[in-house]
Amino acid sequence: MSPPPAVWVSGLRKAYASHLALAGVDLAIPEGEFFGLLGPNGAGKSTLINILAGMVHRSSGRAEIFGFDVERDFRRSRQMLGVVPQELAYDPFFTVREFLRLQSGYFGLRHNDDWIDELMAELDLADKADANLRSLSGGMKRRVLIAQALVHRPPVVVLDEPTAGVDVELRQGLWRFMRRYNQEGHTVILTTHYLEEAEELCSRIGILQRGRLIALDAKDHLLARFTWRVLTVTFDKDPGPLPETLAGFLSGAGENTLVLRLDQSRHSLGAVLTALQDLPAQILDLHVQEPDLEDAFTDILGNMGLEQP
Amino acid sequence: MNEPTRSTHTLPAPPLMTPAAGLRFTPTWTLFYKEVLRFGKVWLQTVAAPLVTTLLYLVVFGHALGGRISVYPGVSYTAFIVPGLMMMAVLQNAFANSSSSLIQAKVTGNIVFLLLSPLGPGEIFVAMTAASIVRGVVVGLAILILALFYLHLPVIHPLWVLVFTLLGAGGMGALGLIAGLWAEKFDQIAGFQNFLIMPLTFLAGVFYSVHSLPPAWRKISLINPFFYVIDGFRYGFFAASDISVWLCLAVSAAFAAVTSFLAWRLLRSGYKLRQ
Ligand SMILES: Nc1ncnc2c1ncn2[C@@H]1O[C@H](COP(=O)(O)OP(=O)(O)OP(=O)(O)O)[C@@H](O)[C@H]1O
Ligand SMILES: [Mg+2]
Repeated sequence: MSPPPAVWVSGLRKAYASHLALAGVDLAIPEGEFFGLLGPNGAGKSTLINILAGMVHRSSGRAEIFGFDVERDFRRSRQMLGVVPQELAYDPFFTVREFLRLQSGYFGLRHNDDWIDELMAELDLADKADANLRSLSGGMKRRVLIAQALVHRPPVVVLDEPTAGVDVELRQGLWRFMRRYNQEGHTVILTTHYLEEAEELCSRIGILQRGRLIALDAKDHLLARFTWRVLTVTFDKDPGPLPETLAGFLSGAGENTLVLRLDQSRHSLGAVLTALQDLPAQILDLHVQEPDLEDAFTDILGNMGLEQP
Repeated sequence: MNEPTRSTHTLPAPPLMTPAAGLRFTPTWTLFYKEVLRFGKVWLQTVAAPLVTTLLYLVVFGHALGGRISVYPGVSYTAFIVPGLMMMAVLQNAFANSSSSLIQAKVTGNIVFLLLSPLGPGEIFVAMTAASIVRGVVVGLAILILALFYLHLPVIHPLWVLVFTLLGAGGMGALGLIAGLWAEKFDQIAGFQNFLIMPLTFLAGVFYSVHSLPPAWRKISLINPFFYVIDGFRYGFFAASDISVWLCLAVSAAFAAVTSFLAWRLLRSGYKLRQ
């Protein structure tokens, strides 16, 4: 028998009074994966995470962490799960260290100072260890939120927009940290609105929209579906009117530059290049742009008709 | 296949010692400790303030009425009102502790850290109610110690004193949980305190024997559970009470049991905590 996946969700639905936040989601995330959960505002990402964390009751369907049901076996499932909530919250009564010790205690850990120190060092919080949480800046509070999710070294970490409102330097630090945590064998689930972040970190990506998982694939496959390329060509002078072979690809033009968009799977790049060389101007520069996750995302959402009610 | 399907952890996996049900010591203790730390950090407001209020009652009522009223033979009026004032403070502070802690955590959003933890409803109930009892006892003891500087007070049956303290404070800790779960704003907790707890404790025979009341008022007093808690508590001091100490025990225990059961049920259902 294979071990149960880190996260397993089947037919998961959540209906709020007037609104269907999750409309039947099926998802299995194997142990050790770095999974990206993407989707526009209100898609249901936080709802899904909150059901896994036991903060929201599901309407129907199943949700398990390492085979433990998130409600019936909540002690075990929560013990295995660390969650960085989307909303910035803190307890104004305590210092960073006090707070992290209390969180450790909630998870049954009494002597956890070594790991707490390591976490604080790693997240650049060491010099704030004895500062009251109230006195920390927003970015610092966000780091404490990440530290609290990890005090019990959970095998599954869920980060709900951990880098919202965080400066570039810290974001880089957090990426390194999350990647290391994942490389140590832990499962990491990340939601973010920064697509470059998901592209940088995640090996597999799911896209939620209006409570449905509309795409679920390895990041590379997701990108490979997008076979078009954008070709930017700079000439030494105005290349003049375009022959018919090229005109169909034209998607933009500037002073002495042409922007062509072509589908690699249907059009020969070689033929296009030959046609370009036949133009009465010399090519100074050539730039080929591959689609990134942002393009894929817009494209998928566009195909699904994001604008429709 | 012989290949290991699980990746190797360089960090140890979390302890799997958690039983599927029941009360676990460390998480429960941690929440209890946190709740005690919370009121300890603001002791001026949580302990000193009710102490001052109670001493003012004692001085003002004791002096104003001291020479004129005698409730039990051999017990001065000032001594008579001390246990009632103590229990009134115990009840009010036990309620204030759990209710304000919960509403604060809900309003500021840091309740999320408790909700994400593996603490079950029973553990949350035990820890928060126990912390409420501690706050009640600390305030009650402080009043007792200061009162002992001022007058002589016998403690004839200390066990009864203890039993009614635990039942009263425990029941109010549980009631505070219920109010804290139900309320969505600080205002509503304040309303609860000012329009329910305060009048009910004040009119629970702290300042007089119910036998001195007109019959209609006496009947009203007899449906007030705090009256029984205070009367039984006072019995522990003077070995004298308005009604049988056993009836007081039964009503006090029923009060604590009903509030506890309700609080636990609400916690278990995730009422206003988990949507
Ligand atoms: N407590 C609630 N009561 C009613 N509706 C809710 C509640 N919480 C969420 N919703 C609705 O459920 C839908 C999904 O919300 P959710 O927070 O899961 O979105 P999200 O994908 O996390 O969005 P964002 O990117 O903005 O964080 C939204 O339409 C939201 O309005
Ligand atoms: Mg969200």
